[in-house]
Amino acid sequence: MSIIDRKTIDHVALLARLELSDKEREIFTTQLEDILKYIEKLKELDTSRVEPMAYAAAARNVFREDEPRPSIDLEEAMKNAPSRAGDFFKVPKVID
Amino acid sequence: MDTATICKLTAFELREKTLSGKLTAKKVVEELFAQIEEKEPLIGAYLTLDKEGALKTAEEIDARVKRGERPGLLMGVPVAVKDNICTRGLRTTCASKILGNFVPPYDAHVVERLRAEDAIIVGKTNLDEFAMGSSTENSGFKPTKNPWDVRCIPGGSSGGSAAAVAAGMAYMALGSDTGGSVRQPACLCGVVGLKPTYGRVSRYGLVAFGSSLDQIGPITKDVRDAAILLQVIAGHDRRDSTCAAAPAPDYLSTLDDPIAGVRIGVPKEYFAEGLNKEVHQAVEGTIRTYEGLGANVVEISLPHTMYAVAVYYIIATAEASSNLARYDGVRYGYRASSDGLISMYSRSRAEGFGSEVKRRIMLGTYALSSGYYDAYYLKASKVRNLIRQDFLSAFEKVDVVLCPTSPTPAFRLGERIENPLEMYLSDVFTIPANLAGIPGISIPCGFTRDNLPIGMQIMGKHFDEATLLKVARAFERETDYHLKRPGDYL
Repeated sequence: MSIIDRKTIDHVALLARLELSDKEREIFTTQLEDILKYIEKLKELDTSRVEPMAYAAAARNVFREDEPRPSIDLEEAMKNAPSRAGDFFKVPKVID
Repeated sequence: MDTATICKLTAFELREKTLSGKLTAKKVVEELFAQIEEKEPLIGAYLTLDKEGALKTAEEIDARVKRGERPGLLMGVPVAVKDNICTRGLRTTCASKILGNFVPPYDAHVVERLRAEDAIIVGKTNLDEFAMGSSTENSGFKPTKNPWDVRCIPGGSSGGSAAAVAAGMAYMALGSDTGGSVRQPACLCGVVGLKPTYGRVSRYGLVAFGSSLDQIGPITKDVRDAAILLQVIAGHDRRDSTCAAAPAPDYLSTLDDPIAGVRIGVPKEYFAEGLNKEVHQAVEGTIRTYEGLGANVVEISLPHTMYAVAVYYIIATAEASSNLARYDGVRYGYRASSDGLISMYSRSRAEGFGSEVKRRIMLGTYALSSGYYDAYYLKASKVRNLIRQDFLSAFEKVDVVLCPTSPTPAFRLGERIENPLEMYLSDVFTIPANLAGIPGISIPCGFTRDNLPIGMQIMGKHFDEATLLKVARAFERETDYHLKRPGDYL
């Protein structure tokens, strides 16, 4: 039985905000299927008593004083903007 | 000294010559760019070169040497920086069209450290787009060639950094390593590559790929240079909350200590089917060298090794799908023309990302999506813990683990590009260290009949880079593999 079908690919592409071509849809369906089949081998292991590992280093909270510091100035921060209007990033109309 | 002689020097040797007045930083930069102009058209290691900036820095350094100011650890050393590490005012693309014109408004922590120690930044090196790949063929701009044989890939994803150092187009380089991206290209290009312990080096300014795996590391001509560069970049930085608070020890003071009595574990799982015969022989040969130096070599088992690639391609892609959500065409980067907001996101990403990046975003999004989280991400996180436990148990009996870095020498361009899974399996020996968060170093240990470099990997305990470097250095003192340079080019 296949794990991935076209419907799943379309749903995932929507979640990921990726517009896929028909060719990409086709290739990814096969390739993701292959990769997920390979990953199935994790099922061989009984992990019912294993804790998930979230951090590579020891998990600890990192606190610091909440002090104001200088940050990148507005002009510098806006320099890479694809489109701007004054001090704002400009995007297509959201609300009619 | 002629160009070839100057370009063959290690960073350590170069700094000595600059400080003693035998060379000026300006002369070094001029000779380096002569080398780059000759070799770069064949290799394609760089995405951006900054000759003007390098010459300006060199002149400042020469003036400071004249005034007798305290010299930094990298005084006058030209360093290349992987193009996923932010450099203020110097284009940083991640080899992706989506960041094709991105100029960072700030320096990464490691770049600040380079500048503080008087290094000269030469340029930005090529990589697999967003560091996703093992051959540098996934670059959105161009492939990089292996200096030992231009028909072969240099490894990846830090292929540009490794090829630049191997071809004498940089004295040292920074790479990033999420699943082997420093160690594997270093191995395939016959240079040294070190992935530090997770948390040893600040990731501030490193463009995020897999945040629980990513670590910046040195690519150098020998182990001493790796120790020097690690010394420069290691240490606490409050801007990365996963960066360790403990100060870095003095790596150079223990580098040449004897290794008699050091316990070296050889994991039998790393010498299984699929390992190239010549690689197998070369790495096995290193065991005799170590025994000759008085080390105790013992066989160990890391029983969950065979699951590492599967775990990695869930964890790394899940983290990547989340990290790469920021490329939406709003605040920086490429924006496709569109009349609606959602279609602007989807189209910008469709046109900006290459196919490997899309594939991984798809896989990661799928693994995290509703209904699949437990089966994939949670399961992988649990097996990841088992892999870490394997190492923790092994390190009760041994000080370091020795194995091959890559199962094969450099392969031909195009050979694995059509089959993602086969490409992923190139990283089978390097991925476990990232999953466990431990340090690993790759050093040259032989050559194939076709004169392609072979590398071995030494992995160590969390934050024990000092032992790793000492053990690697001991091998280097006994052998001359690290002195060989690709003949056609130097």
